[in-house]
Amino acid sequence: MMAEIVLDKVTKRYPDGALAVSEADFTIADGEFVILVGPSGCGKSTTLNMIAGLEDISDGELRIDGQRVNEKAPKDRDIAMVFQSYALYPHMSVRENMAFPLRLAKVDDKIVRQKVEQAAATLDLTQHLDRKPGNLSGGQRQRVAMGRAIVRSPKAFLMDEPLSNLDAKLRVQMRTSLSKLQKQLGTTTVYVTHDQTEAMTLGDRVVVLRGGIVQQIGSPQFLYEQPANLFVAGFIGSPSMNFLPATLADNEVNSPIGKFALTDRIRALVEKAGASREVILGIRPEHFEDAHLLDDSAKAGGATFAATVDVLESMGSDKYAYFTVEGDQATSQELEELAADSGSADVPDSGSQVVTRLSAASDARQGESLDVWFDADKVLLFDPSNGKNLTYAG
Amino acid sequence: MAMMTTRTPGRVARWTLIDIVVVVYALVPVLWILSLSLKTKSAITDKSFIPTEWTFQNYVDIFQTTDFLRALVNSIGIAVIATVIAVVLGTMAAYAIARLDFPGKRALVGVSLLIAMFPQVSLVSPLFDMERALGLFDTWPGLILPYITFALPLSIYTLSAFFREIPWELEKAAKMDGATPGQAFRKVIAPLAAPGVFTTAILVFIFCWNDFLFAISLTSTNASRTVPAALQFFTGASYFEDPTGTVSAAAVVITIPIILFVLFFQRRIVAGLTSGAVKG
Repeated sequence: MMAEIVLDKVTKRYPDGALAVSEADFTIADGEFVILVGPSGCGKSTTLNMIAGLEDISDGELRIDGQRVNEKAPKDRDIAMVFQSYALYPHMSVRENMAFPLRLAKVDDKIVRQKVEQAAATLDLTQHLDRKPGNLSGGQRQRVAMGRAIVRSPKAFLMDEPLSNLDAKLRVQMRTSLSKLQKQLGTTTVYVTHDQTEAMTLGDRVVVLRGGIVQQIGSPQFLYEQPANLFVAGFIGSPSMNFLPATLADNEVNSPIGKFALTDRIRALVEKAGASREVILGIRPEHFEDAHLLDDSAKAGGATFAATVDVLESMGSDKYAYFTVEGDQATSQELEELAADSGSADVPDSGSQVVTRLSAASDARQGESLDVWFDADKVLLFDPSNGKNLTYAG
Repeated sequence: MAMMTTRTPGRVARWTLIDIVVVVYALVPVLWILSLSLKTKSAITDKSFIPTEWTFQNYVDIFQTTDFLRALVNSIGIAVIATVIAVVLGTMAAYAIARLDFPGKRALVGVSLLIAMFPQVSLVSPLFDMERALGLFDTWPGLILPYITFALPLSIYTLSAFFREIPWELEKAAKMDGATPGQAFRKVIAPLAAPGVFTTAILVFIFCWNDFLFAISLTSTNASRTVPAALQFFTGASYFEDPTGTVSAAAVVITIPIILFVLFFQRRIVAGLTSGAVKG
């Protein structure tokens, strides 16, 4: 069964004029697992509700399976949804909760039984079938909600932060089983989350939203390596990318972590993009290394700076070293939004903080100076005025 | 481990005393009427709480008059019909108020509050004239209609409080599962609102059952006179005989349906029925 979901300039405008989603324009292929991600208020849940039919579409067209469904009621769209709160029917047993969609579809009782038991076996719920949702643990309720979605083999699953009410350990566990289940069923899935880790680990493709506008669509790895703008760069990845103010002159970058020449690859991209003099330099924590661990040939492709280690966190597999570098913080609207979302806007600091991920072999010590090398070919340059990635290779 | 709220003998004694005072205060008048209804005619004024001579003659008497039986039928019929209609209409209105945004919602809530506050006494004379003109005077609908009017605000307010407690996501889930709005209401929302519906039904029934004002003003014969009004017309065997015994017996008899009604429905009023619907 083909179940392609096409959003054709789908827009949601509230009666008071507020624009919740603006011209969302993308196609979710049959069997694909697509994640809608962004900070709260970015329009991801509204987009999902419009696909579900729980909210009206103000403008544009939504097609499921090639058919326009804008005017169709949720029940006629043949898609199942898993809610953040699970929304289980408290007066029905687990069995009846899962059977509910089939009963509404007037499926023969024998088949209902068989399908519910099959789904229960898949989700390891068989011994809980006759219990009421009130007596189940959070993880079990979550699985019942999944079960209710899978029993009727819908065209697509819609999931609205289904794991966010679970504790951290269970969440990681459920994430893997959810991913396995989706691959096994091969059903088109649209998944909403505000957690970039879930987005990175679950999705075939990720749609990053900000203020109702789609920022970038692509595979998790692509978004990580080639963010289209400052917002995506800062949102994807944990710990997040370091941003520093820098100036660009004669193919040289002058930044708080030193002066270095652009590599040929980056120079070509920057020239094509037409960079201004003022830029924001972005560099991920793993592109730094303790300079003492590298020989000269390895160091050739980058630059080295010395700074005092503020905090050193040893994770066993690697070490995170935090530095404070001189100069102003990089500022842009996107970065302020990201900081507000993560709560770090309230943390006062002078200068900019740089997070680096060093090899576990590094003998960096807290409070001591360290020579740090970074890969000059991995840096990203952004336009501070509009956040555009000047080194975007597409 | 002794905690602050353990049962010390002093605490138990204190609470027992308070309980007894409350129960006695509430039950003495009821027991007094029961006692009067079981006394013989000559012993009515003997001022003793426990009848010296027990008799069921008063009960036999009231069931021998067609007046009382007829009034009982009227009471039950009118109260049940008014309750059913008020609760059904109230359920629909309360659901709309709790869940939907529609023009005139505030006005609807305001008007129903206004009705609840309106002194019923002031409406008796106009209602009397209107019902006479419309031919509703001394008929069942003549009482059912005003009862519904005054019971609706009560039922709307109680029920909308219950509806607000039900997570809205359940209804969305039902719609996603393939339910029409009607099915979502019948299969998911209504069962969860059941405790609220039963609570409201009890309150409305008691209101209709106990009403004296409309019953005495808008009826004139056995065709629609309810028990509270009919008690007024009880007379003894002669004009000079005091009907205290039979009135008491009738009062006891009409209390019984209320007790049964509450006992029957209180099993359905289970708190916490919605637990487990959402993360909790």
